[in-house]
Amino acid sequence: MENIHSIERAKKIEKALLPLLAAAGMFTLLVTAGIIFTLSQETWQFFKTVPIIDFLFGTKWEPLMEPKSFGVLPLVSGTLLISIGAGVFAIPSGVMIGVFLTEYAHERIRRMVKPILEILAGIPTIVYGYFALTFVTPLLKTVMPDIEVFNALSGAMVVGIMILPMVASLVDDALLALPQSLKHGAYALGATPYEVIVGVVIPASFGRIMAAFILAISRAVGETMAVTMAAGSNPQLTFNPLNSIQTMTSYIVQVALGDTPAGGIEYLTSYAVAFLLFAMTFVLNWIGHKIMQQGRK
Amino acid sequence: MKARMRHERMFQMLCALSTVVGIIFLFVLLYHIFQAGWNFLNLNFFTNFQSRFPIKSGMKAGIYGSLWMISITAVVAIPLGIASAIFLEEYARKNAFWRLVELNISNLAGVPSIVYGLLGLSLFVRTFGFGQSVLSGALTMALLVLPVVIVSSRESLRAVPLNLREAAFALGAAKYQVIFGQILPVALPGILTGIILSIGRAFGEAAPLIIVGALSYVSFVPENLKSEFTVMPIQIYNWAGRPQEEFHQLAATGIIVLLLILLSLNFVAIMIRDHYQKRFRL
Repeated sequence: MENIHSIERAKKIEKALLPLLAAAGMFTLLVTAGIIFTLSQETWQFFKTVPIIDFLFGTKWEPLMEPKSFGVLPLVSGTLLISIGAGVFAIPSGVMIGVFLTEYAHERIRRMVKPILEILAGIPTIVYGYFALTFVTPLLKTVMPDIEVFNALSGAMVVGIMILPMVASLVDDALLALPQSLKHGAYALGATPYEVIVGVVIPASFGRIMAAFILAISRAVGETMAVTMAAGSNPQLTFNPLNSIQTMTSYIVQVALGDTPAGGIEYLTSYAVAFLLFAMTFVLNWIGHKIMQQGRK
Repeated sequence: MKARMRHERMFQMLCALSTVVGIIFLFVLLYHIFQAGWNFLNLNFFTNFQSRFPIKSGMKAGIYGSLWMISITAVVAIPLGIASAIFLEEYARKNAFWRLVELNISNLAGVPSIVYGLLGLSLFVRTFGFGQSVLSGALTMALLVLPVVIVSSRESLRAVPLNLREAAFALGAAKYQVIFGQILPVALPGILTGIILSIGRAFGEAAPLIIVGALSYVSFVPENLKSEFTVMPIQIYNWAGRPQEEFHQLAATGIIVLLLILLSLNFVAIMIRDHYQKRFRL
């Protein structure tokens, strides 16, 4: 008898539990919906005042002073300058580190280097910002005296250091996922490790390495505090890394730190910029994950 | 043949060199910060509020604010994340809808943190009327770390050996009994590691909290959920942005405290991982 009771009880608990778990499981969909809804709602308000063409293709970003102008391209160019610059620093060395860890390093060295990379990856972005401001920029100044106090170059460099562990560990994963037989075949033909890596390993995992690049660049696009501290708040359409620039993210911070009344046009601009930012990272992440999945098949 | 060997050696050197340079970066960074921040690292730094005078300035407001925020974030994000992971791994049918949820989570993990800040500003600060409070900040942060908690919990649940499940089912246990009695305890170390790392991330985030309205100059500690607040990274940002050299040193001191917290969290996570890896051989 008691057995039947406990079975009944178990069934009841099971039944009560499932909706709770299901709700939790679906919750992330709500978060995405919330992000898209709030961003598009305020962006819609913004486009009632500013034509979308002026926003997307305008070359002057001066929303906080008269006469106002709302061309987002200077912010986009600033963001690209930082993230592509960071990629230039991080991608070659990240691939090298990944190759070193999987192909060359002794197991003992690998076990030492991996935690160090994890620590580097876990350092808050504000620390990199401080490092850029008080170490990298003064150092650059000794080499290039005419560099500005806030400049894109030091921002790009520290963001590069920041995404380096990410590139390295994604490349590491990609190379480890490769079937060993492929490499053994090449070695059996008398190839040196260098030839195996450049001729076989990297081409075979090319897709996943590309995905690693894209995901890392997307991370750099969304990076905020380090860039705000290092690169300044001077929106201008330039590709000279010695200049002070402003990224999309640091503009949003600038608005938040000022006293802008809710509902005003300055307040709405940060949503429009954030919407563009969200769209950019969304597309990059989507492409990255797509390539990653194909590589797995 | 000689040329090939030369290429080989050069390439090997280059790869090793990149790794060494990466490690050197870490040490230069740490050295630079410790050297700058060492002077102000004393008891006053933990017991004083901010001040116009660097020597009297401390991080009490930031430390209390961070602890308040992290506690609320943990209370919200951990149960939600684990429950979500259990549902997706153990209960949900693996159909097109499941793949959508899956894709959505990996996507959310890649959304810039500042976007979460704007979501929090619209949703918690304005719509729900929580104001620029520690509650709004903590809920925003909970949404931000949720994907990380879910992903790591799912990975640990997936790593539990199948025979454990089968044995429990064979003994006639109900599904929830199998999950909560057998699978969850085995997966717990992995889940904990993920949680600790995501809490570390929440400690270091400044951008979304600036958007939500955390203040940068605060001379009080939070008293309840509705209190205004600041956190350690925002205080560091504030100090680093001032012109005087002493405030930069103060920022470095703040960074030392922040890094020590993060390092000890990491250390705990690694200890948990190593300890249980030996026991269960997952």
